[in-house]
Amino acid sequence: MTSARDDILAAVRSALADVSPAVSVPAAPRAPDRGDLVALFVERVEDYRAVVTRCTSAELGGVVAEVLGARTSVVPPGLELEVPNAVVDDAFTADQLDAIDAVVTRARVGIAETGTIVLDHQPDQGRRAISLVPDLHVCIVDVSQVVADVPDAIALLDPSRPLTWISGPSATSDIELNRVEGVHGPRTLHVVLVL
Amino acid sequence: MRVALQVTCVNDAMFPDTGKAVVRLLRHLGVDVDFPSAQTCCGQPMVNTGYLDEAVPVVRTFVRAFAGYDAVVTPSGSCAGSARHQHSIVAERSGDPALVAAVAETGPRTYELSEFLVDVLGVTDVGAYFPHRVTYHPTCHSLRMLGVGDRPQRLLEQVRGIELVDLPMAEECCGFGGTFALKNADTSIAMGADKARHVRDTGAEVLVAGDNSCLMHIGGMLSRQRAGVRVVHLAEILASTEES
Amino acid sequence: MSGTFVGMPAFPTAARAALGDTQLRRNLAHATQTIRDKRALVVAEVEDWEDLRLAGAGVKEAALRDLATHLETLEASLTRAGATVHWARDAAEACAIVASITHAHGADEVAKVKSMATAEIGLNEALEAEGIAAWETDLAELIVQLGDDLPSHILVPAIHRNRAEIREIFQRRMGDVGKAAPADLSDEPAVLAGAAREHLREKFLRAKVAVSGANFAVADTGTLVVVESEGNGRMCLTLPEVLVSVVGIEKVVATWADLDPMLRLLPRSSTGERMNPYTSTWSGVSPGDGPQEVHVVLLDNGRTRALADDVGRQALRCIRCSACLNVCPVYERVGGHAYGSVYPGPIGAILNPLLNGVSDEQTASLPYASSLCGACFEVCPVRIDIPSVLVDQRAAVVDSHRNDRVPSAEALAMKATAWAFSDSRRLAWAERASGIAGRVITRFSRTTLPGGRAASGRLPGPAAGWTGARDLPAPPAESFREWWDRTDGGQR
Ligand code: SF4
Repeated sequence: MTSARDDILAAVRSALADVSPAVSVPAAPRAPDRGDLVALFVERVEDYRAVVTRCTSAELGGVVAEVLGARTSVVPPGLELEVPNAVVDDAFTADQLDAIDAVVTRARVGIAETGTIVLDHQPDQGRRAISLVPDLHVCIVDVSQVVADVPDAIALLDPSRPLTWISGPSATSDIELNRVEGVHGPRTLHVVLVL
Repeated sequence: MRVALQVTCVNDAMFPDTGKAVVRLLRHLGVDVDFPSAQTCCGQPMVNTGYLDEAVPVVRTFVRAFAGYDAVVTPSGSCAGSARHQHSIVAERSGDPALVAAVAETGPRTYELSEFLVDVLGVTDVGAYFPHRVTYHPTCHSLRMLGVGDRPQRLLEQVRGIELVDLPMAEECCGFGGTFALKNADTSIAMGADKARHVRDTGAEVLVAGDNSCLMHIGGMLSRQRAGVRVVHLAEILASTEES
Repeated sequence: MSGTFVGMPAFPTAARAALGDTQLRRNLAHATQTIRDKRALVVAEVEDWEDLRLAGAGVKEAALRDLATHLETLEASLTRAGATVHWARDAAEACAIVASITHAHGADEVAKVKSMATAEIGLNEALEAEGIAAWETDLAELIVQLGDDLPSHILVPAIHRNRAEIREIFQRRMGDVGKAAPADLSDEPAVLAGAAREHLREKFLRAKVAVSGANFAVADTGTLVVVESEGNGRMCLTLPEVLVSVVGIEKVVATWADLDPMLRLLPRSSTGERMNPYTSTWSGVSPGDGPQEVHVVLLDNGRTRALADDVGRQALRCIRCSACLNVCPVYERVGGHAYGSVYPGPIGAILNPLLNGVSDEQTASLPYASSLCGACFEVCPVRIDIPSVLVDQRAAVVDSHRNDRVPSAEALAMKATAWAFSDSRRLAWAERASGIAGRVITRFSRTTLPGGRAASGRLPGPAAGWTGARDLPAPPAESFREWWDRTDGGQR
C-alpha cells in the first residue's frame, strides 16, 4: 500500500499534468501616501475602540503606572521599564495568569493604514500567553515603529518567530452581525505611544 | 456600416414590438438595419441549463446568420453577454476550430442596444418623447456580464417629458435567471416579490429595462398583484416620439 | 452532539421550506444587509481594490499551479521547524490522525478553533465516537453546537439565529456541558458574549490538546496563519501543550511576502474591517512559548479532484471570506441550510460538486441554485468566476445523465428546443403555432396586463411553476419574423 503522502502528491501531479505552472503574479498595489503616519495610526487604533495615550519617553513610567492604577500586572523579562508592583513572567501557568489583571508589553511594529500592532514575542514582549490571558493589555509602541501599510510590516517581520497581530480589543460580530468588544482576549487594549 | 438586428428568440416570438422599436430607432438615427432571417437564438437557454452539446448547432446557426456584418445589435444584455462570453465555451466544446474562429469573430462585434447607441453611434439624445414617471431596473447580465454601466440611464435622461425615479436596491437580481425561474420557482418568486415591492415603492407608472425576459418575470408579478405598473423595454421608450 | 447534513433533500425542496420561515428570512436579511454595508465602506477606502484582487488571485493561482512543489517545500519547512506533518487522503484518515494524537496524550477532550476543514470532515462527530469531546470555542460555533444545530454561514455559522434565540440556547444548554449561564442572562449581545467568555474560559485553561485549521500555510517558511476576532483562536493556539492543525492542501501560498495581498483582502471582504482583531502566525514549535508539540495534517478530501478540473480549479483559490454569501440574493432568502453542506451559498454551489462529484441528487441540484446574477464574482477577493463555474458544473450534471436509459423530460425538451433553434424555418413554424395559441388565449383570457395585452393567469401542468405567482403574456398573433417578411422590415 502506498502512503497517503505519495498518493496525494501523485494525484496533484496528475491533476496538473497539462497545466503550465507559470503564471505572472501582478504586484500588489501600494496605498497612496497618506501624510502623517502617526496621526493615521492613532486614528485607526481608536476606531477599534482601543485607548491611545501619547507621551514622551521620560513620561512613560508615570503614564503606565497611572493606566494600571491598583491593578496587579505581569511584565515580560525584557520590558526595561519599572512598573510598580508588577511581577516578571516566570513560566506562569495559565491559571496563574488568569489571576492577574493586566499585562504591559512593548511591540515590534505598528501599521498605520489598519491600526494594527504586531508582537513578535521577543523578551520585551514576552511569550504569547502573558499578553493573552490578563484582561487589560497595555502596549507600548514607539513612533519609530509605525509603518505605513501591511506590506511594510510583512517585510520587517521574521516569520520564524510566533507573531500576534492585534487590531483593537477582542471582538465578535457573531450575534446579528453587531460588533461587540470583549470576548476571550483582553477586553481592553491601551496603547501608549512614545513620541 | 452593415448592421444586423439580432432580435432574440424571446422578442421574436413574444415581444415583436421591441424588435420593431429597434428598427424604427436605428432608421431614425440613419442606420440601415438588416434582419438576417436565418437567425434563431443565441443558445443561452441550453448553455445556462448545462446542455452544451445541444447548444453547438444553435451557436453555429448564430454565427452563420451574422457572418459578414460589421455590427450585430441586440435589445438584450443577456443575449449580447451570451455571444460575447459563452459562445467560446460552446465552440471549444464542439472541437471544431472553424467554429472557434467564427465565434471569436462575431462575439466582439455583438452589442447590446445601449452600448451600440452610446459607444458606436456616439449618441445619447435620440430625440425621444415619453411623458411618464419611469423607474429603471439594470438587469444583471447587462450590468455585470457586459458592464454597460450608466449608458441606459444616460439615454433615458435625454428623453423629453420623462420623469426618472430611482429604484431602491436597483442592482439586486429580479430572480428571473432563465430556467432558474422554473427549476427554483419558489426562490425566483421570492426574489421577484421583493423587486416588485421596490418598483411599487417608487410610484412609477412604467418599469423599464433592457431585457424583456426579466421584464416578463417582474411584469408578471406586478400584473398578478394588480399593481398597475406597466413594463416597457428600453428600445420602446427610445423609439417613442411626439407623433407616436 | 450537533446535527448532520447527510440525507438533506435537493435544493429546491429545502429552499421552499426555508422560504416559509419568516423569522429566518428576517434574521438573514438583517444580517446580510449589515455585513454588505460594512464591506462596501472599507472596500471603497482602498483606491486600488481591483488591482489588489488581481494580486490576490495571482498569488493563489500561482500556488495551485505548482502545488506539488509547494507542498513538498511546506512539508520540509514545517519539519525543520519542529512540526510533525501528516497526510490524509480523506475525512476518515484525517479524523483518525487527530483522534490518535489525542489518545496518545491521554486526553478526552480538545478545544477547537473555528475551522471549515474540520467541519467539512465531520471531526467533532468522529472524535465523539472515539470518546473525545470537541469543544467549539468560536461564539457562533458554540451557539450551533449547544443548539444541536447546523452551520448556515462560513464566517458566522449561527447567522440564522437572533439574540433572543441565542439567549434561550445558552440558558438551556450551557449548564449541561460546563459552566452554566447566569440566571438573569439578558439578550444584549455584549452580555451574551460575556456569558460565552465565562463558559469557555475553564475549557481553555484546562485543555491539553487544541485543534485548529489555518487560513494560509506559507511553503517557504512553514508558517501557518489563523485569522480571527474573539481571541478564542489565540487561546487554543497558545495555552495547550499539543496543537493539531488540519489544513486543506489548497491553503498553501508560496512565500511569506505572498501574505501581503491576502491579509489586506480577507478582513475587508469578510467582516468588513480594515483588519480583524487578531491574526496569529507560527512556524512549528517555539521553545518556551506555546504548544511544544505541533502537528499539521495536510488534507486532500476531494481537492485533487477539483484541481484536475480546468474550469473549476479556480474554486480552490477561495479564502472562505463569505463575501459571496452575503451578496447572494438566493442565499439571503433561503439561508445556508438549504445547501445541505458546511459550504453554503455561491461558493458551496460550486465547491461541493467539485469536491464530491455530481452523482447524488442533492449535490447535483446545487449548481442550479443560482440565477447567475454575477454579484458573487463582483465581490470575490480572489476573483473566482463563480457564474462560469456554475454553468460548467451544470454541464457536468447534464453530461453525467447522457447515458441514462430513460432521458428526463427536461433533456427531451432541451433537445427539441435546440432542434427548433438550429434552423430558422423550424423556429418560424413553431412561432406560427404559438401565434395561433396566442389568438386563442387573447380571445378567452380574462387577465390583461397593464397596457391592455392579454395574459394567462394560473395554468396547470408544466406552466404552473411560472404562473403560480406570475401572469404570462399571451403570445402575439404575429411574430417579429412574420412582420418583417410581411412589411419588408416596415418599409411597405
Ligand atoms: S468564493 Fe470568493 S467571495 Fe466566496 S468565500 Fe471564497 S473567496 Fe470569499
